[in-house]
Amino acid sequence: MGHTKHNPIVRALFNDDDVVLGAVKDLRSNGYHVSEVYSPFPIHGLDEAMGLKRTRLSTAAFFYGLTGLFFASWLTYYTMTLDWPQNIGGKPNAYWFLNMPSFIPVMFELTVFFAAHLMCWSYFAVNKLYPGAKAQNPDPRTTDDHFLMEVELEGEEADLTKKLQELGALEISKVEA
Amino acid sequence: MFEFKTKTKQLAIALTVVGAILWVVGFALNGSSSHDAGHGHDAHATEVHADAGHDTHAEEAHADHGHDAHAEEAHDDHGHEAHAEEAHADHGHDAHAEEAHGDHDAHAEHAAHQIANRPWSALYVAAFFFLGLGLGQLFFLGIQYVAQAGWSAGLLRLMEAQSFAIVVPLIVIALITFLGFGHVHHMFHWMVEGINVPGHENYDAIIAGKRGFLNPLFFTIRILIYIGGWIWAAKVLRKNSLLSDTGDGVAMWKKNRGVAAAFTVFYAVTSSTSAWDLVMSIDTHWFSTLFGWYTFAGMFVSSFAALILLTLYLKGQGHLEWVNENHLHDLGKFMFAFSVFWTYLWFSQFVLIWYANIPEEVTYYMQRFEQYKVPFFTMLVLNFILPVLAVLSRPAKRVPGTVVMAAVFVLVGHYMDHYVMIMPGTVGDHYGFGLVELGPILFFAGLYIYVVLSSVAKAPLLHKNHPMLTESKNFHQ
Repeated sequence: MGHTKHNPIVRALFNDDDVVLGAVKDLRSNGYHVSEVYSPFPIHGLDEAMGLKRTRLSTAAFFYGLTGLFFASWLTYYTMTLDWPQNIGGKPNAYWFLNMPSFIPVMFELTVFFAAHLMCWSYFAVNKLYPGAKAQNPDPRTTDDHFLMEVELEGEEADLTKKLQELGALEISKVEA
Repeated sequence: MFEFKTKTKQLAIALTVVGAILWVVGFALNGSSSHDAGHGHDAHATEVHADAGHDTHAEEAHADHGHDAHAEEAHDDHGHEAHAEEAHADHGHDAHAEEAHGDHDAHAEHAAHQIANRPWSALYVAAFFFLGLGLGQLFFLGIQYVAQAGWSAGLLRLMEAQSFAIVVPLIVIALITFLGFGHVHHMFHWMVEGINVPGHENYDAIIAGKRGFLNPLFFTIRILIYIGGWIWAAKVLRKNSLLSDTGDGVAMWKKNRGVAAAFTVFYAVTSSTSAWDLVMSIDTHWFSTLFGWYTFAGMFVSSFAALILLTLYLKGQGHLEWVNENHLHDLGKFMFAFSVFWTYLWFSQFVLIWYANIPEEVTYYMQRFEQYKVPFFTMLVLNFILPVLAVLSRPAKRVPGTVVMAAVFVLVGHYMDHYVMIMPGTVGDHYGFGLVELGPILFFAGLYIYVVLSSVAKAPLLHKNHPMLTESKNFHQ
């Protein structure tokens, strides 16, 4: 997605994940830029082979979780200590902290809730997935048993086509940018 | 093949010897030096008697009278003036000879027992902690076979070596408990004479009700079953693993899987019952239904910390070239996961008891909050917050530095955890960290290093005919 360069794209279809992985490594070592690979399932090691940056979703998740923790602390403080002090098991409840152990389940759950939900939404937003979004998949067969690779064309088209055929591509097509 | 160098061997032996000497010296000085033993609240210590059947309203005031441990008591439960009663707490075993007559003597005797218990309890804490380092890995070794794990094939020899470290702590633990039957110490209140005899001055109806389980004969049989079963598993798993080096790797692996499956079932039961017997029975009145898993979780996570340190030590010596950051990552994940699991069980146990607020249950935590505040809360930070923050992120689990840091937190924290499990029920507020505590740690650490490294040195570090060795070598994530 999001091709910033204006080079034409060459699409190559494969039917084996190991072959795709090998092809990506080969192309990149020959100076080509593999902009995208469509696959029916995650291919172990593909992100590394494509040179993708590590996701920042986990860092975001940490802060989402922290937000949930603080929200739960405030919620329990307001509802259980400030607005209507609760007597839980006869334990001291003058300050939020004194009754904090009984709020830990709430704090834990809201931490998980915030982290999980906000992670999902972040993931959708970053990948431009929303109700009614048009499918970006160029070939429906990649949702079944085929793998499609998009390579930016640099140099002669014939060279790249030959190379892709050597690497085991079944179909090759060119898309003008 | 790893060579256990003479220098390292000498260091391990020196640790053992120094530790033993420190403990013996501490034992001799105990009682006479109980005032400078490190607890700074001699003046007005509130005692919470969780299990002694004494008056829980009594406040004990320990006065400094030179070098004898005088216990002075003030009773205010009947509203009249305080009775002052003095008892000489001789450090030896003869304190028991003082027959208890009435509440005051009973209290003084109780305090004397607690002081006399301290060296034994300290030895017991260290033995139990180091037992966990071996036992956790013995169970983990079994799990590798049962789960048909491939990633760990290159680490099995280290787990086997660690498993043998259970022998010495087990013997020490068994001896200490058996000495309790001879009233050499008073760590286990249920071992007191006449505890189940109605009309006897030591009679305790609640403990008498548990006599079917907590009686000397059955207890001894159980201890022997644990020792026999665990050591048998460690020996057989090791034997078959060594046989596979010269023979058929697949056949030996299958044999070990059968052994491991049997051991896992055996350990599922004995991990809980041993925790009841060896630790929970100290606070005899108190019980917790998840205590076995809680104890197991603590042992398991600290054994991962030990495995990580051992792996990195051997890598630092230029061995284990097939172990890389991917394996370290998995070990780090296990340590992280079980550190969280331990906290989960700790909290589950605490929050239900704390808010259910049943007197005989909640005293367990009252005593820890009041007398053991510092170790109790420090160990929570060390066992949960610090390791979680240190190895939460993926890159942190792949760098030796952060993983080692987390492992050290876990080891220190779980020593303190065992301390807080065992000490309150045996020594009350007469605790501290002195020679008697330091000695056993050095003693068992030296033995642990000696036993583990010498078994590592006895066999090739690579389990070369393991059917899944290739998977382990190619493992990455």
